[in-house]
Amino acid sequence: MQPDQTASIISLQNVSKFFGNFQALTDVNLEIKRGEKVVICGPSGSGKSTLIRCINRLEAHNGGDIFVDGVRLHERMKEIQAVRTQVGMVFQQFNLFPHLTVIENLMAAPVWVHGKDKAKSREKAMGLLDRVKIADQAEKYPIQLSGGQQQRVAIARALCVEPQVMLFDEPTSALDPEMVSEVLETMMDLARSGMTMICVTHEMGFARAVADRVIFMDKGQIVDADSPEAFFAGNRNPRAQAFLDEILSH
Amino acid sequence: MFADTVVAENRLKNPLFLAGIALAIAAVIWLLNPTVLMQRLLEQEDDIGQMQRVIVSGAVAGAIAINLLVLSLLPRMVQRVLVYAELFAIVLAFAAVFDLDFAFIVEKLPYMVSQGVVTTLYVSAISIVIAFCVAMLAAIAKLSTSELARSVATFYTSVFRGLPLLMQLFLIYLGLPQLGFNITALPAGIIALSLYYGAYMTEIFRAGIMSIPQGQWEASRALGFGFGRTMMRIILPQAVPVVVPPTGNMFIAILKDSSLVSVIGIWELMYLSRNLGSATFNHMEMLLTAAAIYWILTIILEIGQSKLERHYSRSSSR
Repeated sequence: MQPDQTASIISLQNVSKFFGNFQALTDVNLEIKRGEKVVICGPSGSGKSTLIRCINRLEAHNGGDIFVDGVRLHERMKEIQAVRTQVGMVFQQFNLFPHLTVIENLMAAPVWVHGKDKAKSREKAMGLLDRVKIADQAEKYPIQLSGGQQQRVAIARALCVEPQVMLFDEPTSALDPEMVSEVLETMMDLARSGMTMICVTHEMGFARAVADRVIFMDKGQIVDADSPEAFFAGNRNPRAQAFLDEILSH
Repeated sequence: MFADTVVAENRLKNPLFLAGIALAIAAVIWLLNPTVLMQRLLEQEDDIGQMQRVIVSGAVAGAIAINLLVLSLLPRMVQRVLVYAELFAIVLAFAAVFDLDFAFIVEKLPYMVSQGVVTTLYVSAISIVIAFCVAMLAAIAKLSTSELARSVATFYTSVFRGLPLLMQLFLIYLGLPQLGFNITALPAGIIALSLYYGAYMTEIFRAGIMSIPQGQWEASRALGFGFGRTMMRIILPQAVPVVVPPTGNMFIAILKDSSLVSVIGIWELMYLSRNLGSATFNHMEMLLTAAAIYWILTIILEIGQSKLERHYSRSSSR
């Protein structure tokens, strides 16, 4: 089913998610277009991580519907596998495979999951490592790299399977301040190349520079959604304003 | 172990402490009253008098205390070599007390090795392999989402860790034939060892798999890995270094517990050690020889284990 170019690549319709009795997401509606860059921000516990983890089924939503590139997400493995190869994810804790070298980390999914040719995958992986400016570390193990380098490897690894959408779950929150900028640089570069990106982040400078839309979540609901200019230039919503004041005062 | 920066003072250098240690050791020796050893020491056939008992206890204790003091003052590597040497000398002295007939040992040794050691080795090896496979399956079953698999595996580990190995051996060897399975001693022994140690190793593997951070599973799933590939390529390779020390323990235990199958008549090392010497009353010769052989085999396994541990620590060191 070929979706038309102006349709949404990700569509969330009345999505709800419960953890036991606690409602993490309440009636979330969100349409994301191809090539759009969306930043999701909000206080902790607002459900922002839960939201993007529902998109690649790391969490299972309880109510509503999620469509990724026309495919409706539910429990069946076949659909989930198809979605996961179209949606790449970068984690706060990097989650690189410590027993594999950097280049092997990148080649893991293409060679072992999709059966691609090893030599071609290696070439492609080296190309990606070049793009994130870390090609000289290809034969090192993750433990030998700094946090910023590890996160860039993680981004390259997610890109290696050629996803249509990239999800970022607070990618710079676990990094020392001096390494945050190298990762944000990489993400901005990726944005300029036209990738559809959904980023949960507190980095408002990044949002201002790159986002097409800034979404503010609180207590499991989308409270505000605006272009970055409108969002940062004095807000209608008091909760969003309070959060912004808190964050920007650093 | 956390080596604190504070160096503990050597209390043995304190003469009062040293005297106290010597007194304690003397009291223990006096209470134990090892008359045969004391007679050997004084080279006399007559009984040990009260005065002699006190003097020997005191002298031996004093020698031990001074030995400890001298050891504590030497450099670390020298200490290590000397302590091993002294403990080994004690073991040899223990053996020497029995006035062993070495000619007898030399005569029986080839048969002990060709029949006893070989049988012990292949019973242990086959059991290790089967236990390993059973444990891998049961560990994954216990961690799976299938309630059937989980219940069966939990029942298995409960039953086979719940009964003594010797009892399981008898139940299998004597019970199965009554149900119509004509099982001989060798398969019965191997089955009992495999199932018993398989249950223990199940728990070790399960703990090893659970020790891998959740993030590894999430990253694998996000990249499109299914359960099987995640286990084979990502989780198990990381779990192996974690389980090597406790599994090495289990292998050593299987080697030694293979001695239990002697009670159902398998001619492995333990059986031979009790039977070869009984006709001529040379029990200690055979037992001590078998003991030495078991120890040597175990040391070989320990060396193998530490080589494996060093191999796996490569990718986790900067």
